[in-house]
Amino acid sequence: MSFIYDFSSATQAIDQWLKANLSPTGAFVAELALVGLTILLAYAVIGLYLVYAERKVCAFMQNRVGPNRVGKWGLLQTMADLIKLLMKELIPIRKSDKLLFNVAPYLVIIASFLGIAAIPFAKGLHAIDFNIGVFYIMAVSSIGVIGILLAGWSSNSKYSLIGAMRSGAQVVSYELSVGLALLSVVIFSGSMQLSTIVESQANGWWILKGHLPAMISFVIFLIASTAEINRGPFDLAEAESELTAGFHTEYSGIRFAFFFLAEYMNMFIVAAMAATVFLGGWMPFHLGNLEAFNRVMDFIPPVVWFFGKTIFIIYLIMWFKWTFPRLRIDQLLTLEWKYLLPLNLLNTVVIAFLVLMGWYFK
Amino acid sequence: MNGIVQYFTDIFKAVRSLWKGMRVTGSYFVRPGEIVTQQYPENRKELQMFDRFKGEVIMIHDEENFHRCNACGICQMNCPNGSIEIISEMVPNEEGKPERTIDKHIYHLSMCTFCGLCVKSCPSNALAFGQGFEHAVFDRHKLTKVLNQPGSRIKKKPKAPKPAAGTEKPNSANS
Repeated sequence: MSFIYDFSSATQAIDQWLKANLSPTGAFVAELALVGLTILLAYAVIGLYLVYAERKVCAFMQNRVGPNRVGKWGLLQTMADLIKLLMKELIPIRKSDKLLFNVAPYLVIIASFLGIAAIPFAKGLHAIDFNIGVFYIMAVSSIGVIGILLAGWSSNSKYSLIGAMRSGAQVVSYELSVGLALLSVVIFSGSMQLSTIVESQANGWWILKGHLPAMISFVIFLIASTAEINRGPFDLAEAESELTAGFHTEYSGIRFAFFFLAEYMNMFIVAAMAATVFLGGWMPFHLGNLEAFNRVMDFIPPVVWFFGKTIFIIYLIMWFKWTFPRLRIDQLLTLEWKYLLPLNLLNTVVIAFLVLMGWYFK
Repeated sequence: MNGIVQYFTDIFKAVRSLWKGMRVTGSYFVRPGEIVTQQYPENRKELQMFDRFKGEVIMIHDEENFHRCNACGICQMNCPNGSIEIISEMVPNEEGKPERTIDKHIYHLSMCTFCGLCVKSCPSNALAFGQGFEHAVFDRHKLTKVLNQPGSRIKKKPKAPKPAAGTEKPNSANS
């Protein structure tokens, strides 16, 4: 059972077994296929259950029950929804830009696939460990907006176009805040590599070690990333009450499901990033030199720590969505350019000063 | 300087008001006992509809099978879509004088829009809204109901100026 605490021995065993039984190229291809398949499966399952979780959380916050008919507590509801969407007709739009219209959902979903590949799930359970991991995830997550813009443009519909343009303006502005908020932890840990950032939190999470400035950048990261993934209260790109469904108004069947799934997986990636960078990723909760306490915390497997923190952040994001009313586009931009960005810049300078003087918990 | 103070107080006020909203939804989230949704087909036996629910028009009968309808026909006249038909007959009373008595108070549930004008306009408060709502039938003739129960008689006003409330039998007027 020790592999639950450290996956690297298990993955190495698989690697050696493949290399012993296949040619080097064959082993490489087999490993790629294995990792891809695992991520694909995890993607589908996590995405579907996030939709279910959202519907349940929303229901409880509105004094309702939520889905409870398909399976125990409605656990199979989203599976049934997926099967329904798979069987539905893909309606072709006359006078739409056929190529872009068909490509857009794949662009959006590929962007979130690329993002999920670089997330450290547990010790040794990390598909690609770039030395610029933070930068990579930020870069990849903004590819998605190209898909959204293409979807809005190619649908040849006013709702889609307005939704896509709003989404473009929103992502371009909030990207700055997300980047600067992540930069604060990059300054603290002195590395952009996600595994190094996680290792640097072995004696305490950055949100605690970096005290007030780290907390401020955590809050800014939460707000800005909620806006970046087009979720309420910043869901202007698909404001149901104004734009029917925004950029995916004209999509049907499985293409719509792709947009939907990508939206939820982006939420997962953002939550996983927040958990990794600010809350220590798979690192257990350690407090300085309290040996007994740290030992007890080590007993909980890293996967549980990672998913626990991620689920907590996801719950926070859902809580925002089902509490706050949607912002107007000018309010949205005011919030970013007049409040978040100046605060964030100031915060970054303060953090750089703190690190220079060593005024944080090491 | 004043502007900067204003800027930061704005931020703190915003955070406080946002937290106020999140406390409301968060408190509902942790109290699932307050869920108001009825699990209908499962709780069919113990389901209690609320008092003001307009399920169907019924005629109030007390336990001695007395109703208060004197066949005046005001409900029939007031019904906008003709879902009430009054069939009355002349029956001699104890003094030997002929008196208008209800024979059949016919109610077409299929045409009723539950506007409530009949209940509101009834001068002797003979009609009321029942709480039954499972009206689905395979034959639409079953939706035509006779509201006065067989063998029921009118409760004379002088003998009982105010019939006690709470003796209604909802859902008992099915033909």
